[in-house]
Amino acid sequence: MNIIVTIKQVPDAANVRINPETKTLVREGVESMMNPLDAYALEEAVRLKEKLGGKVTVVCMGPPMAEAVLREAISLGADEAVLLSDRAVAGSDTLATSYALSQTIKKIGDYDLILGGKQAIDGDTAQVGPGIAVNLDIPQVTCVRKVRECADGKMVVERMTEEGYDVVEVTLPAVVTVVKEINEPRIASLKGKMAAKRAQIKVMTAADIEADLTRLGLKGSPTNVVEIFSPDARQGGVKIEGAPEEQAKSLVTALKEAQLL
Amino acid sequence: MPIKINKETCVGCGACVSQCPFGALSLVDNCAFVEETKCKFCGKCATVCPCEAITVVKEEMEAKDDLGSYKDIWVFAEQKKGQVAGVSFELLAKARELASQKPNTVWAVVLHDGSNAAICDELIKKGADKVLSVSAPELKDFDDLTYSNVLYRLAKERKPEIILCGATTIGRALMPRVAVMLKTGLTADCTQLHIDPETGLLIQTRPAFGGNIMARIRCQNTRPQMATVRHKVFAEMEPDASRSGEVEAVPFNKEDLSLRSKVLEVVENIGEQVKLTDANIIVSGGRGMKGPENFALLKELAEALGGAVGASRAAVDAGWIPYAHQVGQTGKTVCPKVYIACGISGQIQHLVGMQSSDVIVAINKDPECPMMKIANYAICGDLFEIIPLIIKELKK
Ligand SMILES: Cc1cc2nc3c(=O)[nH]c(=O)nc-3n(C[C@H](O)[C@H](O)[C@H](O)COP(=O)(O)OP(=O)(O)OC[C@H]3O[C@@H](n4cnc5c(N)ncnc54)[C@H](O)[C@@H]3O)c2cc1C
Ligand SMILES: Cc1cc2nc3c(=O)[nH]c(=O)nc-3n(C[C@H](O)[C@H](O)[C@H](O)COP(=O)(O)OP(=O)(O)OC[C@H]3O[C@@H](n4cnc5c(N)ncnc54)[C@H](O)[C@@H]3O)c2cc1C
Ligand code: SF4
Ligand code: SF4
Repeated sequence: MNIIVTIKQVPDAANVRINPETKTLVREGVESMMNPLDAYALEEAVRLKEKLGGKVTVVCMGPPMAEAVLREAISLGADEAVLLSDRAVAGSDTLATSYALSQTIKKIGDYDLILGGKQAIDGDTAQVGPGIAVNLDIPQVTCVRKVRECADGKMVVERMTEEGYDVVEVTLPAVVTVVKEINEPRIASLKGKMAAKRAQIKVMTAADIEADLTRLGLKGSPTNVVEIFSPDARQGGVKIEGAPEEQAKSLVTALKEAQLL
Repeated sequence: MPIKINKETCVGCGACVSQCPFGALSLVDNCAFVEETKCKFCGKCATVCPCEAITVVKEEMEAKDDLGSYKDIWVFAEQKKGQVAGVSFELLAKARELASQKPNTVWAVVLHDGSNAAICDELIKKGADKVLSVSAPELKDFDDLTYSNVLYRLAKERKPEIILCGATTIGRALMPRVAVMLKTGLTADCTQLHIDPETGLLIQTRPAFGGNIMARIRCQNTRPQMATVRHKVFAEMEPDASRSGEVEAVPFNKEDLSLRSKVLEVVENIGEQVKLTDANIIVSGGRGMKGPENFALLKELAEALGGAVGASRAAVDAGWIPYAHQVGQTGKTVCPKVYIACGISGQIQHLVGMQSSDVIVAINKDPECPMMKIANYAICGDLFEIIPLIIKELKK
């Protein structure tokens, strides 16, 4: 079973701060990291490989420094890594990103399954996985919280829904995006870290993936960010003081008066 | 690169640096320097530079030449077991408002198995001018491929100007497929929509970077303009019995049926209580709950209020309550009338999941924690003491 895992490099969430004066993101000195949900996708891929054989290839589209997350992925059990890095992809929205990634995946070829996180913590759209599925003309299941079975060119998975979950059977190859309930990612072993150091990261350009340049970057992106602003900070309200009994009473009274109960 | 800084005219004032929402700018040798991989080409820096030293060339997609032939607003009416999702009704009401700014017909598009005969009528009473109904046994449950094939075919033939859909699990699986098939743009998880009076374009506002920033997005060169929208940011209409409209039944085209995926079973295991995303009142617990046994207390409070129980990631990670209850960036986004946070400190990743609640109540020992600072009602104290008293008060 050959599995491709899409991995995005994102700013380290724990370090993203807002400049209180300008209300903009402070990303100076902020380290980058692997998109958290992609770590779960990778873990699931490595587990499937350990059970069924085959190999795990990780793919990332990003600047040259994104190589770091691919090395990390190798330390966690991936076998091969491909970085799509080209100025032509800068500014891509999800239509262009999923096109570029699917072209890269076509170049890698020979895959049974494509795994990725449900959503990235920066762009937050959850649109890239389904976009890849359409471009490759293969089925998809999103928000997967469990792989029940995987055999004979089929997979049975649980898709998380608002009410609970759906059990879905899907034929392979398919795109599957995962939520964090799916597993508990491992920590890199010493052997893994050694492998990561030695690994060759294959770098591809837009030409290598035979991409139509009009479908990449800003030119290939129908959505345009026209304005960026900071969300209104919520203003605090009243402090309910007094002995606990009074606090409880005041709260209930206040909620009733506001006709919220 | 689409952004250029003219070193000759830049005076190194730094105004642009502090304005870049993505931290892409810095001063190097008294001159602005842009880190290209961080720049999102939003153009904000150019507007603040006093010396016009920055040019952001907004390269964009070539405009399709048939833009004028697209009209009408479509709302995808998501149904499960014949029941339409609340967010679809909310979007019908919003679509009416958009149609009043720029005259347009509001269509509800429903894919279903016909088990609820009243479904189309209900959509009309709650805002649709017309209903496009595709009914077939194969459309009973959502299937990513089949549903997207049907919707793609309809949109390709009929050319709607706008397609809106709830940002639900289904919506966020279906719409990205349809958008890519139509080769148009899709804005995810919007919290605001309006029509730009000058251009007539749909301006879509959404949070990104975990709610740290808001972005306004438009899709000017392709159609339809598509958006998934959060639930509860708009209010649904009261059903208006006097409204009438046309229902157009479109036969299901068997070619659209995909057998490559299949729902084997639908499990509803959160059904014991109100669904978190639909709840008007949510009582949430965090690390301050100290242990799984204490969630019974929250459940009791939720029941007394007719609400649902939520949790912070700390409580979920500790194994005190299932992940399905997690609120926040990596959990659910909720927008109830009242959110009661018990023993939750209010880290940004939690806040983004609940800060658009109408009223926030915080119960916490620490008066300085972020949750207490943003709460409409902040109760400083021991939750184990206060919650039972609230329950008592409610039962009076
Ligand atoms: C403020 C802002 C708002 C935006 N809003 C929109 C919008 O509404 N619509 C839109 O089309 N675009 C939008 N974009 C552009 C979008 O963020 C980028 O296209 C981004 O490259 C991919 O989207 P995402 O981060 O949301 O990924 P998601 O779709 O959330 O990512 C899901 C999974 O896809 C894989 N993946 C995603 N990107 C990569 C990558 N580069 N390399 C490898 N794997 C990857 C990962 O496995 C990831 O877990 C926005 C950008 C900004 C800055
Ligand atoms: C990428 C990423 C994604 C994340 N996603 C999420 C997410 O989706 N949802 C989420 O919630 N978090 C998320 N987090 C984690 C988040 O940063 C916080 O760690 C988490 O929300 C903290 O939970 P908490 O408030 O329950 O715990 P704490 O921060 O430990 O707060 C406990 C609070 O309980 C109070 N307390 C203790 N005892 C009592 C008592 N007896 N009476 C009253 N008050 C008491 C304390 O004063 C304190 O304020 C994410 C983090 C990262 C990095
Ligand atoms: S265009 Fe926007 S993202 Fe780029 S440097 Fe200027 S302000 Fe920053
Ligand atoms: S605002 Fe203009 S003049 Fe000032 S540092 Fe930036 S580019 Fe230079």
